[in-house]
Amino acid sequence: MTRYIVRRLALSVVTLFLLVSAVFLITNVFPSDPGRTIAGPFAPQATVDQINETLGTNDPKLDQYGRLLKSVVTFDYGDSYQLRQPVTDLLRPALGRSAKLVVFALVLTVPLAIVAGMYAARRRNSFADRAIVTLGVASSSIPEFVSGVILQYLIAVQLGWFEPLALAPRGSNLITQLRYLTLPALALVVVYFGYIARMTRAGTINALDADYTRTAVMKGLPTGRVMRRHVMRNALQPTVSVIGIQVGYLFSGIIGLERIFNYPGLGLLIFNAVRAKDFPLLSAAVIVVGIIYMLCTLIADLVIAWMNPRARLEAVR
Amino acid sequence: MTMNVPPPDAAGAAAHVEREAAIAAGDDIVGEAGPVVAGPHFDMAAERRQARRERRRLLLKRPGFIIGSLILLFWIVCAIGGDNITPNDPINEFDVSNLRPGSAGHLLGTDQLGRDVLSRLMAGARDVLIVAPIAATLSVVAGTTLGLLMGYFRGWVDEVISRIVEVLLSIPVVLMGLLIVATLGSSRLVVILTVAVLFTPIVTRTVRAAVLSEAQLDYVTSARLRGERSGFVMGREILPNLTPTILVEFTVRIGYAVFTVATLSFLGAGIQPPSPDWGLAISDSYQLIQSGQWWISIFPALAIASVVIATNLVADSIEAVMAA
Repeated sequence: MTRYIVRRLALSVVTLFLLVSAVFLITNVFPSDPGRTIAGPFAPQATVDQINETLGTNDPKLDQYGRLLKSVVTFDYGDSYQLRQPVTDLLRPALGRSAKLVVFALVLTVPLAIVAGMYAARRRNSFADRAIVTLGVASSSIPEFVSGVILQYLIAVQLGWFEPLALAPRGSNLITQLRYLTLPALALVVVYFGYIARMTRAGTINALDADYTRTAVMKGLPTGRVMRRHVMRNALQPTVSVIGIQVGYLFSGIIGLERIFNYPGLGLLIFNAVRAKDFPLLSAAVIVVGIIYMLCTLIADLVIAWMNPRARLEAVR
Repeated sequence: MTMNVPPPDAAGAAAHVEREAAIAAGDDIVGEAGPVVAGPHFDMAAERRQARRERRRLLLKRPGFIIGSLILLFWIVCAIGGDNITPNDPINEFDVSNLRPGSAGHLLGTDQLGRDVLSRLMAGARDVLIVAPIAATLSVVAGTTLGLLMGYFRGWVDEVISRIVEVLLSIPVVLMGLLIVATLGSSRLVVILTVAVLFTPIVTRTVRAAVLSEAQLDYVTSARLRGERSGFVMGREILPNLTPTILVEFTVRIGYAVFTVATLSFLGAGIQPPSPDWGLAISDSYQLIQSGQWWISIFPALAIASVVIATNLVADSIEAVMAA
């Protein structure tokens, strides 16, 4: 197991290095003049030059690239061009808010989806199975800002059950915060329920049809034990893998949803950084998203390796 | 990295999710569809025609396929007709009564500038239905070519590109699209190319995995033994056997392309005003929902939802029929 973890970590480090390089490439294609952005359109050229000198944006590209690589380790990305605060100070609260939304959405989605998926698998081709599969296809393909805007209209504006915007007033307790987060979380449930449910269904069907399950049933084990010990352990591997990938996407892929509900998480931060061409903030946010994504897939892989010794053995290669 | 994910179940309904599971687990796809049965040459063409007829018959029996196709057909008619068939001019006709709900004059109401929402909705189909399929086609062509070369030749090039593909896949598509379009400026062409480039790694991985399992089969070995050139083996021997995989990948990609194009427009990094694009319409007017003017953004939202759902229903039916 240790050997597997080490190999897997080394791979993550390489991936991270490539990601940082990609970010540097993209942010340096922008024709930009950070000094001008900060000082404003009417500042004298001398001031602009001086700011550029202080920021180091006139340095050779290679030096700037080195600095970006270093900041991944030190976690110091300098100041935001637009807000003139250390980038880390802006990132931390946004990350916290994103995490709250993602965890809440997952807590709502995952148990529901797994139960539905396993139920559908055990009653294959029944009406309930067809309904779950068809709903799954339909709902998981809708962009989350679309499901968000529809839910916002139906539930917040028409029915008045929840707040139309997601950020609770300053200083409110967790329950109030969650109440405000319910609608965006529901929008995510709509998108991810079907995906996870179908994955669970497919995995469960494979496990139910497997020889080891037949053996377990034939040697007379009670159904509950067969399901727990033999079916679930194998059936949930694709589910775990997919959840790992989805969590990574959730941290940043929901820019549209955060915009609809005006929720200042990582997505909205990235959206504003792109608009303002605020490169330190943008690079840092994208790198953080990349790291989260890698951590999530890493954890998912480790869980799978723990569940299935075969994956552990073969993945090392 | 092989995990225990057997071939799709007989119903094949969840097949593409399964395949994604297999891919997510780093598995090579086996048993998507058996190789075309080798036989006397004259028989084969007839047999293939027969198989195609059979598939078409199965497709037409699936309600998901019928419903999806009808919805898509409606939007395609709107896209082709454009402002020739809309009740009002979608871009240049401004009614003095703006922000009105649906009435006899304007069935779905008017927007902030007094333009007819129904006309804009119909004309808005054009942007999505042109941009998304072109982007999907480009990505499938590029991804298939890369996947074929990588899976067939293997070696260090394959190793390096695989790593790069992995990195590209670790960045959310929407985020990357936003960055690229913001860099290059938004035009229809940039959006098409961006989406195509972003989808290529996914297609590459799928095709490469399929090629890996095909390349082990006897018909490939025998083609190589009779001294065929690599190009022939890839193009004429392996490629035809990948058709089901590629066709399914193509339809699934169209759905995701609609998804991505709409999201990019919503984020202001796609198609620009005054185009009647749906994502753009939602972006311009979603804040009005809270003050009660819902029709300007909810109808385009439903339109986007209907197109992606329809595309996925069609993709799913094709997948199920291909797997059967």
